[in-house]
Amino acid sequence: MRIESKAQFESLQAQARARYSDAQAEIHVCCGTGCLANGSKKVADAFAAEAEKRNGAGTPQLVVKSTGCHGFCERGPLVAFKPSGVLYTKVKAKSVEEIVEKTVEEGQILQRFLYKDPTDKSRIEQYADIPFYKHQNRVAMRNIGLVDPTDILDAVAEGAYAGLAKSLFEMTPEEVIDEVETSGLRGRGGAGFNTARKWRSCKKAPGDRRFVLCNGDEGDPGAFKDRSIMEGDPHSVIEGMIIGAYALGAHEGYIYVRDEYPLAIVNLMIAMEQARAYGLLGENIMGAGFDFDVKISRGGGAFVCGESSALMLSIAGKVGEPRAKYVHSTEKGLFDLPTVLNNVESWANIGAIIDRGGAWFASMGTEKSKGTKAFSLVGKVKNTGLIELEMGTTLRHIIFDIGGGTLGDRPFKAVQTGGPSGGCVPESLLDLPVDFEKLTEAGSMMGSGGMIVMDDRTCMVDVARYFLAFLIEESCGKCTPCREGLRQMLVIYDDLVEGRGKPGDIKRIERLAKGMQLGSLCELGKSAPNPVLSTLRDFRDEYEAHINDKACPAGMCRELTAYRILEDLCSGCHACFNACPVDAITGEPKSLHTIHHDACISCGACFDVCPDQAIETFPKKELIATEVV
Amino acid sequence: MPTLSIDGKKVTAPEGSTILEAARIIGVEIPTLCHHDGLEPWGGCRLCVVDLWQPGWDEDWFKLVTSCNHPTADGMRVFTKSPRVLETRGVILDLLLARCPDAPLIQKLAAGYGIEETSYAPREEPDDCILCALCTRVCDHLDIAAISTVNRGAGKEVAPPFHEAPPDCIGCLACAEICPTNCIPYETSNFRRSIWGKDFEMLRDPATGQAVITKAQAEFFAERNGVPGSYFETSDTTKRREMAKQFVSLQNLE
Repeated sequence: MRIESKAQFESLQAQARARYSDAQAEIHVCCGTGCLANGSKKVADAFAAEAEKRNGAGTPQLVVKSTGCHGFCERGPLVAFKPSGVLYTKVKAKSVEEIVEKTVEEGQILQRFLYKDPTDKSRIEQYADIPFYKHQNRVAMRNIGLVDPTDILDAVAEGAYAGLAKSLFEMTPEEVIDEVETSGLRGRGGAGFNTARKWRSCKKAPGDRRFVLCNGDEGDPGAFKDRSIMEGDPHSVIEGMIIGAYALGAHEGYIYVRDEYPLAIVNLMIAMEQARAYGLLGENIMGAGFDFDVKISRGGGAFVCGESSALMLSIAGKVGEPRAKYVHSTEKGLFDLPTVLNNVESWANIGAIIDRGGAWFASMGTEKSKGTKAFSLVGKVKNTGLIELEMGTTLRHIIFDIGGGTLGDRPFKAVQTGGPSGGCVPESLLDLPVDFEKLTEAGSMMGSGGMIVMDDRTCMVDVARYFLAFLIEESCGKCTPCREGLRQMLVIYDDLVEGRGKPGDIKRIERLAKGMQLGSLCELGKSAPNPVLSTLRDFRDEYEAHINDKACPAGMCRELTAYRILEDLCSGCHACFNACPVDAITGEPKSLHTIHHDACISCGACFDVCPDQAIETFPKKELIATEVV
Repeated sequence: MPTLSIDGKKVTAPEGSTILEAARIIGVEIPTLCHHDGLEPWGGCRLCVVDLWQPGWDEDWFKLVTSCNHPTADGMRVFTKSPRVLETRGVILDLLLARCPDAPLIQKLAAGYGIEETSYAPREEPDDCILCALCTRVCDHLDIAAISTVNRGAGKEVAPPFHEAPPDCIGCLACAEICPTNCIPYETSNFRRSIWGKDFEMLRDPATGQAVITKAQAEFFAERNGVPGSYFETSDTTKRREMAKQFVSLQNLE
C-alpha cells in the first residue's frame, strides 16, 4: 500500500507499533555478520521453531526477530528479550528449547547465559545494566538490534521515516539544511567536515541534475560500524539520503558499498524494495510530490575507492584513481555534476536529527564535535565490539569501563585510532576526551571510529609496518611520492623488524614522511605517514632499540626475539610442549622444560599458553654472543 | 584575466590558465616530467609542486599544489623555490632515482638537486619507466587507447591488455616518441615494425623504396580522417619532390 499523505504515514506508524502489542514476549536474535559467523542463524531458527509450536491462529504470542548487530560481538550469539530487558550471551541452538521453556515462559533466569562482570564475577541480568551497553548513547545505531532489517514495518514502528515526513510536509529544503546546521553534524567518515556547509556549497552550484551519494566503502582495517548500520538498519541510511536529496534538490542517489559486504548489499536492496512498495522511495514520495530513487554501486575491492573522487570515478565505471583536488565535487562530482557524498553513519544520523531536532543533537558532545560517534573497539581488549557514545567520552572510559580493560589485564600500551591514516595514543593521553580536534592534537585522528587496543606485547615499530604493508597494496599508484614512498618506507621497516636497521634510518623515514605528506596527490598518500610519525613521536625508544640494540622491547619481532623457560617458575605442566608448532620444546611432564633455540621460530605460542608465566623473551642476539663463546 | 605573483614577480595570465602556464609567461622555470603541452595535465609525477597562497586564507597558510593543473586566480601568491618545495622535489627525484637508477634523464635531474646516488633501495632489475603515463595518455588522445597503466600501487606498469599484443595498436610510435626516458622498445627493419609484441607491415613508397608508415596506421587515419589510403603510400620526401616539381613548373623556372 502506497503512502500518499502525512495522515496515511501516521496511520502506518500506528499500525506498525500495534503489531506486537499483544505479544507475550519479543526475542531479538543478533544476526549481524559477527554472530552469524558464530552460528546465530541456527539459534534464530531454533527460536522460530519454538515460537511456531506455541503460537496459535491470530496474534502470535512469541515474536522472534533476527536483528542486526547488537554490538557485543565478543559475547555472541546474543539474544535480547522484551519486555523483560534480559540479555543472554553465547547462546547455542541446542539450549534454545530450555531457554524458551524456562526463561520466556516461566521467567526463570538461566545464570550461565548472563554476562559475567570480570571484576567482581557477578552475573548481570539486564541489558541496560551491562557496562558495555549502560554507557552508550545510540543515535546512528538507534534501531540496530531492535528491528528486523528485512521488515520495513519494524523500522517504521521504531521511528524510521518520521524525519522524512516532517521534512516533506513541514519544512522547506532550506529549513532542513538549517536544522542540520544547528545540529553541528560533522562527517562521520573520518574527515569531520561540517555537513551543513558541504550541503550548502552543493546547493549553490548551478545545474538541474545533482546527486547524493553514500560512502559505504569502509576500507579501514578494524572498522565495521558502517557495515553494521547498512546490515542492521538500512532504512536509517535510505531515509537520511532522501532527506538530503530533498534539501539539495537531487533526485538520484547511489550507495557505494564495498563488495566485501554481501549482507549489507542484500539488506539494503530488500529495504529499498520495501520502501518503494510503500511509496517511501521513488516517485512522489509520501504523496508530497518529491521524486528520489537510489541505486547500489558495488566496489571492486579497493581501499582507494573510499576516497571521494576515486569513488565517484568508480561509480562511473572508471578506474578508481583520485582526481586533482582543486575541483570540488560539490560543484563537479559524479559525472562532473554537483554531488554530495556523505558517510553511512552521517546519513544514519539525519533522520533522527530532523525528527528530534538539531538542538537535541547539539546538546550532546563537545563544543566543536557535537552528537555521538560509533566506535569499533577491537584488539587486546576484553569487550570487543561496536559501541556508540557521546563525543567527549574519554579514551580511558571507553577502553576500561566499557571495554573492560585489556585482555588478561596485561599493561595497556596504546590505542590506535583512525585506521591507516591515524596514529597511536599512548597511556599518558588516555584521559583525552574523544573528539575531532583532541585526537588530531594527540597525533592521531578520529577516522571512521576504529579503536585498536594494544598491550605490552605489541611492537609499535611493527604496528607502523603493518599499516604501510596495507597501504602499499591499496595505493592507486598514480603519484610518485605515495607509490614509491610507500615502497621505500616498507623496505626500511622490513629492515628494522628483521634486525637490519642502521643509524640514519629514522632520519630517512622522517624525510620520506615529509615528502609524502607534502607531495602526494590524495589523502591516502598524505596521511600514510601518520602511523609512522605517531609511533616515532611517542615510542621512539622502541625504534632505537631495534636499530641500536637489534632488540624488540615488546618481545614480538621474531628475528630479534628468543624465548626461554624460567627454571624456578616452570611447573612442568607440558602445555608449551603441546602448543609448540615446530617441536622445539623438550621436557617430561612434571619436570623443567627447555626451548631449543635452533628449532624455535619465536612464534610465542608457548608464552601465550603457559599458566605459570614461566616463559620470558630476550634479545636473540644474546644467543649468538653466547654461542660464539 | 587573473593577476598573480610568482616568486615576487607579477603576471597577468589568460583566463583558464594554469600556474605553470603563467610561470612560463614570465620565464620562471618549474621542472616537470609528466607534463606535455599537447596533452591534458595529469598531476602524477608531482615534480612541478609549488607553494601557494590565495586570498581568503590565513596570511601564513600555504599549500603545496601541482602547478601543471592548478588554475590561476586573482591575488594568488606562488613560490616555486621555497625550502619545502625544493625538499619535496628532492625526495621525488630521489625516489625516481631508486626506481630507475639507469635512466640518464632522472640521473641528470636528480644531480641538479644535489642527489648523486639514491638514499633508498634501488629497484631490482629496473627499467627506465617513471610511470609518467605520457605514452598511455597520448594513445588515449589519439582515440586508440591500445595501452594503459595496469595494477595498483607499487606493481603498476604500462602494458597492453592482458600483456598480449594489443589489438588496437596501429604501430604509430607516438608512445615511444613521447616517452621522456626512451624506454619503450620497438624495431623497424625489413619493412616490418614490431612494438608491444605486435608485428606490423610497413607501406613502401614506390618511388623511393622507403618504409613510410605501418599499413595499420594508414588504414586508421584513412578511416578516421576520410583521407584516401593512397595518400599514405607515398613518403613525405616524395610528396615534397612532387610539390617542388609543380612549383617549378608554375613559376616557369625550368
